[in-house]
Amino acid sequence: MPHIPLPDHVAGIRSLAMQYPDSGKYLYELVQILLRGESPLSPAERELIAAFVSSLNECVFCCESHAAASRYLFQDQSGVVDHVLKDYASAPISEKLKALLTIAGRVQADARTVSDQDIALARSFGANDRDIHDTVLIAATFCMFNRYVDGLATSTPEDPAEYIPMGERMGTAGYVQPIPQ
Amino acid sequence: MAHISLDETLPGMRSLLAFHPAIAPALTGLMGVMMRSQEGLCSGERELIAAYVSRLNHCTACENIHSAIACHLLDVTEITLNSIKQDFSEVTISDRLKALLTIAQKIQRGGTHVTASQVANAKAMGCTDVEIHDTVLIAALFCMFNRYIDGLGLESHDTPGTLNERGQHIAINGYS
Repeated sequence: MPHIPLPDHVAGIRSLAMQYPDSGKYLYELVQILLRGESPLSPAERELIAAFVSSLNECVFCCESHAAASRYLFQDQSGVVDHVLKDYASAPISEKLKALLTIAGRVQADARTVSDQDIALARSFGANDRDIHDTVLIAATFCMFNRYVDGLATSTPEDPAEYIPMGERMGTAGYVQPIPQ
Repeated sequence: MAHISLDETLPGMRSLLAFHPAIAPALTGLMGVMMRSQEGLCSGERELIAAYVSRLNHCTACENIHSAIACHLLDVTEITLNSIKQDFSEVTISDRLKALLTIAQKIQRGGTHVTASQVANAKAMGCTDVEIHDTVLIAALFCMFNRYIDGLGLESHDTPGTLNERGQHIAINGYS
């Protein structure tokens, strides 16, 4: 049960954005620009970084929903998502994305540990300032969303099937602030 | 030196917002709503939570500026504020504020560290649902801002003088 009253039958961040629309407006705006706005990283890759960080933070709702969105967006390569969440070092993804996931992992654990070597490695595989910036900000943002969603004990669907249409909606409509009940 | 090319003459977050202007309205909007809402927590308490979480995250730049703002808004000395951030259980602040700082402390470690009994304790001390919500979101927000700044290797050029000046400015004018 959530720690504070939230709309019934609404899960995760949507329940918070409905109950608290003043902050919800900006949170949805933030995630829409971050995961769908112009960036050298594809929406599928950005969703993957979001799911990866949420998995490190053990936030089931955010990990499952963003993994579902990433699978939807990767289309016929959707298998990479589970491979990355299990062991990104051996996943069939670019060396650039692996280096960026290493940076995302450092940001999750302790952002001060992102080293010049981590950055140089990412750059050696073609990452530019925007790749690095977006990776750090996505990782940091999900360290917020994960804490917000779990810290107030929002409802989390237990059936993995429920996340499939959620991922499709996130992949097609993007992030639209839910209307308060 | 920062990990990416930034205009480091701009103070704090400003250089990051200038690097990626598309993100600025959402981040400054969030700061305006969460740090200056008139409902429940006062602005000084909001800044104290921000400074405390930044300290737990070892983000000196954020801790320093939000402490400076909190000192102005709460009308306390830097020494008093430091003693609260160091160990709030030992200082004479209200049980209500202690209960909220406990929740902020747990959020910094991770969302699932917040327990129903900590929330029940905060409610027993008179905290409203909105105050609990805002404490959780402010603590979570600073887990983001701290990582954004430290993850990109941003260095603070603040001195005690500029901190005091910027702290007073933000205390009076907000985040617009």
